[in-house]
Amino acid sequence: MASLTPQVTTPAGSAPARGGRPRRPRVWRGVVLVIAAVYFLVPLIASFVFTVKAPNQGFSLDAYGKIFSAEGFGGSLLLSLGLGIATIVLVLLLTLPAAVAVRLGAPRLRPVLEVVCTLPLVVPPITFVAGISTVLRWGPDYLASTPFYQTIIAVQNPDFPVVLVLAYVVLALPFAYRSLDAGLGAIDVRTLSEAARNLGASWPHVLLRVIIPNMRSAMASASFLTLALVLGEFTIARLLSFETFPNWIYRISGSQAQVSVAVSVFSLLITWLLLLALSSAGARQRSGV
Amino acid sequence: MNGARVEFRGLRRRFGSTVALDGLDLTVEPGELLALLGPSGCGKTTALRCLAGFEHPDEGEILVDGADITRVPANRRDAGMVFQSYSLFPNLNARDNVSFGMRVRKVPAAKRHARAQELLELVGLPSVGDRYPHQLSGGQQQRVALARALALEPRVLLLDEPLSALDAKVRVTLREEIRRLQLSLGITTIFVTHDQEEALSMADRVAVLRDGRLEQVADPATLYDRPATPFVAEFVGAMNHLPGLVSGDRVTVLGQTLPVEGRAPATAEADVLVRPEAVLVTPDSEGDGIVMVSSFRGSTARLRVRLGDGTEVLADVPGHDSARFAPGTAVRVGLVERPVLVSARSEPGAAAAVPEPDVV
Repeated sequence: MASLTPQVTTPAGSAPARGGRPRRPRVWRGVVLVIAAVYFLVPLIASFVFTVKAPNQGFSLDAYGKIFSAEGFGGSLLLSLGLGIATIVLVLLLTLPAAVAVRLGAPRLRPVLEVVCTLPLVVPPITFVAGISTVLRWGPDYLASTPFYQTIIAVQNPDFPVVLVLAYVVLALPFAYRSLDAGLGAIDVRTLSEAARNLGASWPHVLLRVIIPNMRSAMASASFLTLALVLGEFTIARLLSFETFPNWIYRISGSQAQVSVAVSVFSLLITWLLLLALSSAGARQRSGV
Repeated sequence: MNGARVEFRGLRRRFGSTVALDGLDLTVEPGELLALLGPSGCGKTTALRCLAGFEHPDEGEILVDGADITRVPANRRDAGMVFQSYSLFPNLNARDNVSFGMRVRKVPAAKRHARAQELLELVGLPSVGDRYPHQLSGGQQQRVALARALALEPRVLLLDEPLSALDAKVRVTLREEIRRLQLSLGITTIFVTHDQEEALSMADRVAVLRDGRLEQVADPATLYDRPATPFVAEFVGAMNHLPGLVSGDRVTVLGQTLPVEGRAPATAEADVLVRPEAVLVTPDSEGDGIVMVSSFRGSTARLRVRLGDGTEVLADVPGHDSARFAPGTAVRVGLVERPVLVSARSEPGAAAAVPEPDVV
């Protein structure tokens, strides 16, 4: 009897537990969801309420209307988008051939490349910008007429500061490299490129017609991360005194607090739309394959 | 399309401390299917990759129809290749995969599509043109890869273990089809494999490689019946090593005196090499041998018989007879009356340690 009792109680005891087990994670799931939602949505809703609440009339969308007429809005947004696109092009041109070459030609260098590409994460932007501005300020007068000096001036052109593109390429390296490396890991680069070479394709042809088409979603995610980084970067642009979009928001917040918050909400919306467009482009490619 | 003559001359290639090719000399005749056979690491794939241009030999040269192509880049060689792993471009459908090479050469779209369709029909897949690689089975993918390799009418076809990822049934059908296609196109073909059955059943000639060197190149029947070296004898099919006494051009083994095939060794004591199917076993309660293990293989059963003096002999009997040779049965062992190969006595114990190279 003593040996029988536990046998009887075990199924009896476990039955309610079995029934309860699936329910408990569901409860926790809900709790996590609510916490996350509160964490993300409260600031957003607060910002939104702040922008639509006019002192006397109650609800008003005036602040959003003012965005587009605000001085400097279009220019700074276009500048940031332009910088973003230039950065994406440059970072992809640098990392993709490098990652492919390392995978095919020198697999032993892969850890080295990985560490080099991850370094920018370790260096704080403030250190980075201090170095850049020191270099830009350097240059004795007797060099004033040399092409070197002209170049330093040219990269600081406030209409399109190339120096920011260079800085952002470095900052974007870790994200771009990780995405591309994961994408390359998903396809058999060696066999595919050998098959293409065997069919008469030159190396540029292999890269353009074989590797890139099979890397579209990885390149989309690299591009998105880079764009998000450039649209949100403040420190470097601020300290080098270029009016990018985040800097414009900062400037306008001093005089027109409501408009600046409206712009933040608006830019968040733009970023989401871009993310949606890019991820759906990636998804379309995946389902098409 | 006509096949080209391919010559490997003194090919050497080392990777770090391992020597993949150690002075390989081999000529492939126009239009023949030559199988490169050997254990993994014997250099067979390296030789093929040197011919395709993906590896460069440290020494030696490769000639196609007398022209030295050793330094020609991979994309300018006239050789189509089918790879071991699935190598179709995932972003292109079957038709575009087949026409990839034609697209590189700027063949007009209509023409290359017609040609791709023709090739897909040739490999028995007329209706998969619009499907993407992930919608095809492994066997279909390798067929499309074969069509793609043939699209540019290369004069040499390179097959790098194209069947090894497929399941047994598909493998057998596909290898027969590859052979049929190769014969009808008359294209010089080099087929790398570690599967001796594949090599023996498909090839005009089989080249057995070991440690980057050529052991023997011969037609399948010669290779099987008259292996030039003990390594070839072991690697191709199973082989018994039986102690024998040589006198003149005859050898006494298991109480029988048989003529010696080829050269007889200088010493009187020697190993006689006998294929399991040349061993005759009959159930006999007075017999000297006892069946230790019987493994049934369908058409045949392979017996491991221990003789009175401790020698173990492998013997093949017809599958339907296997019931008569259950383990423990006493049997009489004899040899088929025909010339036998004799090699110098291997070190004691070596014969027993030789693993049975099974049919994969």
